[in-house]
Amino acid sequence: MPKPKVGFYWCASCGGCEEAIVDLAEDLLGVAEAVDIVFWPCAMDFKRAGVEALSDGDLLVTFLNGAIRSAEQEEMAHLLRRKSQLLVAYGACAQLGGIPGLANQFSRDTMMKFYFEDGPSTVNEARIHPRLECVDGGHTVTLPELRHVVRALDQVVPVDYYIPGCPPTPKVTKTAIGALLAGELPPKGTVLAPDTALCDQCPRKASKPTHVSFTAFRRPHLTSLDPELCFLAQGIVCMGPGTRAGCDAVCPDGNMPCSGCFGPTSRVRDQGAKMLSSLAANVDARTDQEIDRILDGLPDPVGTFYRYGLAKSLLRRRADLDLTSASIPGSAAAPPSAPADSPTR
Amino acid sequence: MTPEHWSPRIVAFFCNWCTYTAADLAGVSRMRYAPNVRVIRLMCSGRVDPQFVLDALARGADGVLIGGCHPGDCHYAEGNYKMLRRFQLLKRVLRGLGIEEQRVRLEWISAAEGEKVKAVINEMTEQIRVLGMLGMPRRFEEWDSEMHQLEGAVRQAESTLIPPLDDEEEPETLHA
Amino acid sequence: MATHCEEIRIGFYVCHCGHNIAAMVDCEAVARYARKLPGVVVSRDYRYMCSDPGQELIRQDVREHRLNRIVVAACSPLLHEHTFRTATERAGLNPFHCQMVNIREHNSWVATRKQDATRKAKSLAQAAIHRVRFHKALQVQRVSIRPEVLVVGGGIAGIHAALTLANAGKKVFLVEREATIGGHMAKFDKTFPTLDCSACILTPKMSAVRSHPNITLWTLAEVTQVEGFIGNYRVKVRRSPRYVLEDACVGCLECIDACVYRSPKFPDAFNEGLGKRKPIYIPFPQATPKVVLIDPATCLNLKTGKCKQTCLEACGERQAIQFNQQERLEEIEVGTIIVATGFKTFDPRRQPLYGYGTYPNVYTSLEIERLVNASGPTGGEVVARDGRKPRAIGIIHCVGSRDRKTNVWCSRVCCMYSLKLAHLLKEHSEAEVYNFYIDIRAPGKGYEEFYNKLLDDGVHFIRGRVGEVTDWAMTPEEEGRLVIRVEDTLAGCVRRIPVDMVVLATGLEPQPDAQAVRRLFNMSCGGDGWFLERHPKLAPVNTFADGVYLAGCCQGPKDIPDTVAQAGAAAAEVLSLIDKGYVEQEPNTAYVRDEDCSGCKSCIPLCPYNAITFAEDRQKATINETLCKGCGTCVASCPSGSIVQRLFEDDEVFAEIEGMLAYDA
Repeated sequence: MPKPKVGFYWCASCGGCEEAIVDLAEDLLGVAEAVDIVFWPCAMDFKRAGVEALSDGDLLVTFLNGAIRSAEQEEMAHLLRRKSQLLVAYGACAQLGGIPGLANQFSRDTMMKFYFEDGPSTVNEARIHPRLECVDGGHTVTLPELRHVVRALDQVVPVDYYIPGCPPTPKVTKTAIGALLAGELPPKGTVLAPDTALCDQCPRKASKPTHVSFTAFRRPHLTSLDPELCFLAQGIVCMGPGTRAGCDAVCPDGNMPCSGCFGPTSRVRDQGAKMLSSLAANVDARTDQEIDRILDGLPDPVGTFYRYGLAKSLLRRRADLDLTSASIPGSAAAPPSAPADSPTR
Repeated sequence: MTPEHWSPRIVAFFCNWCTYTAADLAGVSRMRYAPNVRVIRLMCSGRVDPQFVLDALARGADGVLIGGCHPGDCHYAEGNYKMLRRFQLLKRVLRGLGIEEQRVRLEWISAAEGEKVKAVINEMTEQIRVLGMLGMPRRFEEWDSEMHQLEGAVRQAESTLIPPLDDEEEPETLHA
Repeated sequence: MATHCEEIRIGFYVCHCGHNIAAMVDCEAVARYARKLPGVVVSRDYRYMCSDPGQELIRQDVREHRLNRIVVAACSPLLHEHTFRTATERAGLNPFHCQMVNIREHNSWVATRKQDATRKAKSLAQAAIHRVRFHKALQVQRVSIRPEVLVVGGGIAGIHAALTLANAGKKVFLVEREATIGGHMAKFDKTFPTLDCSACILTPKMSAVRSHPNITLWTLAEVTQVEGFIGNYRVKVRRSPRYVLEDACVGCLECIDACVYRSPKFPDAFNEGLGKRKPIYIPFPQATPKVVLIDPATCLNLKTGKCKQTCLEACGERQAIQFNQQERLEEIEVGTIIVATGFKTFDPRRQPLYGYGTYPNVYTSLEIERLVNASGPTGGEVVARDGRKPRAIGIIHCVGSRDRKTNVWCSRVCCMYSLKLAHLLKEHSEAEVYNFYIDIRAPGKGYEEFYNKLLDDGVHFIRGRVGEVTDWAMTPEEEGRLVIRVEDTLAGCVRRIPVDMVVLATGLEPQPDAQAVRRLFNMSCGGDGWFLERHPKLAPVNTFADGVYLAGCCQGPKDIPDTVAQAGAAAAEVLSLIDKGYVEQEPNTAYVRDEDCSGCKSCIPLCPYNAITFAEDRQKATINETLCKGCGTCVASCPSGSIVQRLFEDDEVFAEIEGMLAYDA
C-alpha cells in the first residue's frame, strides 16, 4: 500500500511555521517515513505544475500556513483544497489571520505607501511601486495582486482542521499529525489543541491571588517583570485566560505574557471581545475619568486584544475601509500624487 | 434591506429590572417613538458580553444600545459598573475599527424613566440615520467580492484544461 | 448537544390582545411569516392568548402536532411569562421551553405606523423562534421562606400589617425610628369623613402591638443593612440609646416632673413645635411604648455631665434611667419584609408666596391638627400665635401639590382633610372659614356627602389658586390681618380676602431618605420619588425585590382606609408566602463548566454575592448556586467562555441577535 501523500505550503507568513515543522527534529524522520511529502516548496523543489497534475483528493492532507493576502495565495489555497482530502490550517495566520491580519486596520494603499514611500527604513526617492504587469526583455511578467483584505484560510476555502500557534509548538504539531495519520479524527472544524484556556498549563497559575483588580496597566517592555508572579497580578496584560492552551505556556515560562496566538477556545466567538470584557470588568474604578485613566495604560487595544485574531474577529476589518479607499478617513495626510510613470499597480 | 429603503436597525440589550421595565412603562404610557430598536432582555447590563455587541453589528445592526440601572441602583449591586468599564474599553476598540462612536451607546435608564427610553431611542435613531447604514454584512460581501473574480477565472481555466506553461513559476522580485 | 438530538417543533402564537396589538400589528401577517421559519410547525394568531381558550390552543397543538417549543408574541414577559410557561407545562412540556415576544409594550403601544409595527413584530418573533431552539429543560429552584417578618415603619400601615401577621401567629419585628409608633395618624385630631377621633381608633392598635407576644417592637431604631434574598434576609438594625430602660420604666412620668428644668423649654416635635417639652419627656400621653426618653441634645447631664440628676432620684429603685446606654446593633433573620416608611409633608417655606415662616399666623395643616386637638398645646382652643382668636380663617389647598414648581402629583388627602379642618375650625371657633381650591377631589365612600355637608354648614369655597398671602393692608378692614389674594375663577375677578389665620394644606412627599431606603432594600423609585410597585394594577404592594412589600404612603399618597387596605394586602402576600413555605425561583443561575474552566480566577472578584470560589483541589472556579442571583456578569466576563447562565446562555442570546437581524436583512 502506498504511503499517504502530504503537502506543506506557506502563504502570508513569516516562515516560523516552516521552522516549526523542522523543530519536530528527529520526529520529522518518523513523519517522513510514514508519509510521502510530495509538495513542500520551502524545503524541496517542487513545481506548481506538479500539484496540478495530481488528481483531486490525491493528497491525504495539506498543512497550509500563513494568511491569505494575495491572488496567488488564494489560487494556491483553492488548488490545494481540491487536491487534498484534508486541509489543515497550520498556525495562527492560517487559522486566524495572524499578525498579517493586523493589516486589516489599514487600506491596501495606505500600507503600500508606507512600505514603499514613508516607512522609516524606506529609501525610494522615485516612489516606485511594484506593477502587476510589465514587459521586460520582450516577456510580459506579472505579479499576483495584493488583496485589500487579509483573510484566514477558512475565509477562502473550507478547512477541515486547525493547528494553532505562532508557531505551533512541536508537541501540538506532533500530536495533531499523529492523530491525522492514525485516522483518529475529531469532528471537522476542530482545533487540534486542548479546549481550556492557557492558565490551566501556566506555571504561574498558583501565584495568582483570587481577587485581582486593575488600578493600572503596565507594559512588559517598560516594566521589570517578576519571573514567578502571574502577569495579571502585576498589571501586565496576559492573554492567557482567553487563549487556548496547548503551548505549555512557553511565553510565561520565558517571562513574557501570553499574547494570544493559540486563539480562543471553542466556546468563544471573538477572543478580543472576551478578553477585554474580563479585563475591563475587573478595572478598579467607578467613574468615567478614573476608568479612562486606567485604560490609557492600554495604548493599542486592537493590537493587544486582536494581535492574531483580527481577520477572524466578528468585525474582520476596519469597518470604514472599502476596496478602494486610499487612506483612513479622517486621517490628516492626503496621499501625495504619485509620478505618472509609476502607477501603484 | 437595500440602501434606498434603509432605516436604522438598532439592537438593544436592556436589563430586566430598570431599562426593560422602563420600556414597558413607555408602552403602558403610550409614548410613541421610533420603531427602529429591537430589545433583547437580559437580567443585568453586566450580562452584556462585548461579543453580543460585535455580533449584532456584524449581522447588520446599524447601532447597539445598552440600557442598565443608574450607578448605585443596580439590582445586582454592581453589574452596571462592570458594564461601564467594558463599554469604555470596547469603545476604544471600536474606534480602532472605524465604527462611529454614536453607533454604540450605553444609557442608564431607571424603571421610572419611560420618557428617557423614548428620548434615547429617538435621538439614537436620528443620529444613526445621519451616519447612514453600517451594513457590515454588505461590507463583508463587498470585501469578499475581490475573491469571486478569481474563483471564477480558476474554474474556467480548469474546465478548459490548459496545460501549465513552463514559465509559470512565480517571479521572486520584480521592479517596475 | 441535547438540542440537536431531537427534532425541534415550534408552535408560534400571536396574540391580538383585542385591539391592543391587532390595531397596530397585522397579526395574521406575522403568523404567516413565522410559519415559514425553520422549525415552526404551527403558527396562529388568536384574539386573547392569555385566556383559557388561548392557553387550551397551545395544549391542543402540542398534542396534535407533537410540539416541543412554544413562542408566544403578546405582551411583556414581565406580565404574562408565568402564564405561558404554566400553559406550556400543562401541555406536558418543560415550562422553560417557552419564550415570549413583547409586541405590545415594546411595539404596538409605541408605534405610529402599522407597517413599522408589523415589521418589528416579525423581527422580534424571528428572534424568539431562533432562540427557543436552544432552550433547555430547566427545573425551578425552591427556596424556603423563613416565617419571621420585618416591618419597617410604625405608622398605621406598619401597625396594621404587623398586627395582621402577628395575629396569624407569625413572628414580627417592627422597627420604628421615632420614639413611638403611631406615625402621622397619631397627630391627627379627627379623621375624615366620619370624624372619629383619630387617637381613639389608633391607640388600641398601638397598645395591641406593644403587648402582642409575636411582635418585637424596636423604636428609635433604623435598618442599616439588608443582605440575602427572599426567604432568607439578614438584617442589621441600629437601635439608638433612649437612656431609659424600656422594661424598667413604668411610665409614671415622675422623672419629667423632677427634671432640673422646671418648665418645658424645648420645641415639642409631636405638637409640631407649637408646644414645649423637657429634655426628658414622652412624645404624647398614649405614646407606645409608654416609656420616657431623654434627648441627648438638650439633656444637661448628657451634654455637660454637670447636672443634679434629679430624674434619677425620682425614678428611685426602678433604676430605669441609664445615662451610659449605648447604641446597639441587632442582627435578625427574616424571610420577608414590609416597607411602610410613610411620607413627609411638604415644607411650605419652599413656596414663600404663602408667607409661612414670615407671618406667624400662617400654619401648616399638621399644626392645625394639633391646635384643634383637645390634648394639643392649646387644649383644643383655636388661638393664633399672636394670641388672638381668629375672626376669619383661610385654608389654601394644593400647597406643594398639583404644581409644576414643586410637586406635580395630587396628594389625594388634602381636599378631604381641608374640609375636615374647616369643619373642626368652625366647631372650635367663631371664625368664618374660606377654602381656596383648584378642584375639590372627594372620591371615596361618604366623601362627596361630607363636602355637601360643609357647603350647607356655610363654609366658603373660592375656586382659584392663591397668588399671595400678604400683610400689606389696603383697607382699614385689612389692617393688622393677613390678606389672601386670589383669582376667583368662578366669579372671574381677583379678590382680596382678609383673614386672621391661614392654613396651608401641605401635600405629601417621599421621605427625604427615600433613595437611601430604596437602595437598602433593593427597590426602585418612580420619577416622583415614591417607591415603585411591581405593577401598578396587578402587583400594587409588591416591589421589584422579591420578598419585599410596600404598604402605605411610601408608595404614594393615600388616605387611611387605603393605607390600611394596602397594609392588609401586603400582610396577605407575606402570609401566603410563609404558608406555602417556599418560593420557586427563576432558574437563571450560572454554573462553571468544570471540564472547561482553566482556573484563571478572573470571575471571582466580579460576583457581588461571593458565590464564586476557587476550588483549590480541582484548581477551578465553582459557583454556589444558592448564592447566585443570576445577573450573568461572570458569564459575560469569562475569557474562555466556560461559565453558563441558564435561560440566558450565549447560544440563546446569539440566536436572538441573529434572528432579530435575519428579518429584512
